[in-house]
Amino acid sequence: MEFKDYYKVMGVARDATEAQIKQAYRKLARKYHPDVSKEKDAEARFKEVGEAYEVLKSPEKRAAYDQLGKDYRPGQDFRPPPNWDSGFEFSGAGQGDESYSDFFDSLFGAQARAGRGRRGEAHPGRGQDHHAKVLLDLQASLNGGTRSFTLRMPEIDAEGRLVSKERTLNVQVPKGILPGQQIRLAGQGEPAHGNGTAGDLYIEVEFQPDPLYRVDGRDLYLELPVAPWEAALGATVKTPTPGGNVELKIPAGSHAGSKLRLKGRGIPASQPGDFYVVLQIALPPANDEKAKAAYAALAAALPFNPRASLGV
Amino acid sequence: MSPSDDQALPGTIFDESAILSIKDLSRMCAVDERHIVEFVEEGVLNVVTVSSEWRFTGDALRRARLALRLERDLELNLAGVALAVELLEELAQLRRELGAKR
Repeated sequence: MEFKDYYKVMGVARDATEAQIKQAYRKLARKYHPDVSKEKDAEARFKEVGEAYEVLKSPEKRAAYDQLGKDYRPGQDFRPPPNWDSGFEFSGAGQGDESYSDFFDSLFGAQARAGRGRRGEAHPGRGQDHHAKVLLDLQASLNGGTRSFTLRMPEIDAEGRLVSKERTLNVQVPKGILPGQQIRLAGQGEPAHGNGTAGDLYIEVEFQPDPLYRVDGRDLYLELPVAPWEAALGATVKTPTPGGNVELKIPAGSHAGSKLRLKGRGIPASQPGDFYVVLQIALPPANDEKAKAAYAALAAALPFNPRASLGV
Repeated sequence: MSPSDDQALPGTIFDESAILSIKDLSRMCAVDERHIVEFVEEGVLNVVTVSSEWRFTGDALRRARLALRLERDLELNLAGVALAVELLEELAQLRRELGAKR
């Protein structure tokens, strides 16, 4: 086990005041909090910072840590001496469900966990609910179907230590689920204690980016490239939709950005979303004599100023 | 790899199907009912009143848990939590639109 320098983690001096430690924590917490941060490793960094703060904010824990830390350098192999914490009193239970490092556990583990107790005492025996987040493909929401998710669950092992256990669940994804919504799996949380009931599992869903469709609420958007003459003269073109390819009629006089709506072909629900096709004009390349001549003929035939709206 | 359907767990969309009382919500979040009342008064949670009792949708569970994490980990006050929750939801919405456009 490596010795951890909590002062270094928080970027404060060893003689920092309580106020300085609090300030450093708040700044780091805002930067690395998994709910607000897009930093890589945000979750790991936040845990590290939370653990350091847990120790340094408490005068008792800090004093014990300082006493012990005198002879150690960060990263050095560390073994707590027997009965090292005698003579210190620990007050206040750690709140929350953070899993701390082995280093922390070896120093404060017993005290920190003992004070926590079980929450939800109004329902003795009922297992706690669990929460997880997964990335889901859009197709699962459009068509329903079964997906398998691998979730890591924290568990308290026989020695009272927090360990992470993996399990894979096959889940029938409910049709029409939207990003940010939760799938509830009854009885898949913490097992019951004694005669109680098991907790539930809530899986919050976010969509993977879809190669074709953009999701806005229940509506789906597709950018459909068309040739200039298809937009100008009208045409019937093959278009992908979630329900398969369809022949879509492009009205004459369409332009880039024209929106065509297929009602009710978005994400399913009692009032399903719509499917929008947004036209893009794709230009054929002028890379041979024939194409160049065709463009030249078009220029000669049409008095057209694409910049008229700019006043030039 | 697509797992077979017969052994899959049936999932329900919690946000739409659930109707929660303040008691349910406070148990699920493991906080005091007073705390939930404060969230409602600050506008963090939306509530519908049915025969003079509060009813929450499943979405309130996600919002309440987020609010509690922010409150605890960032040591924010209620108004700060309410603002952060709102801004985070707006950010998530914008990221979804951006991510899909690329």
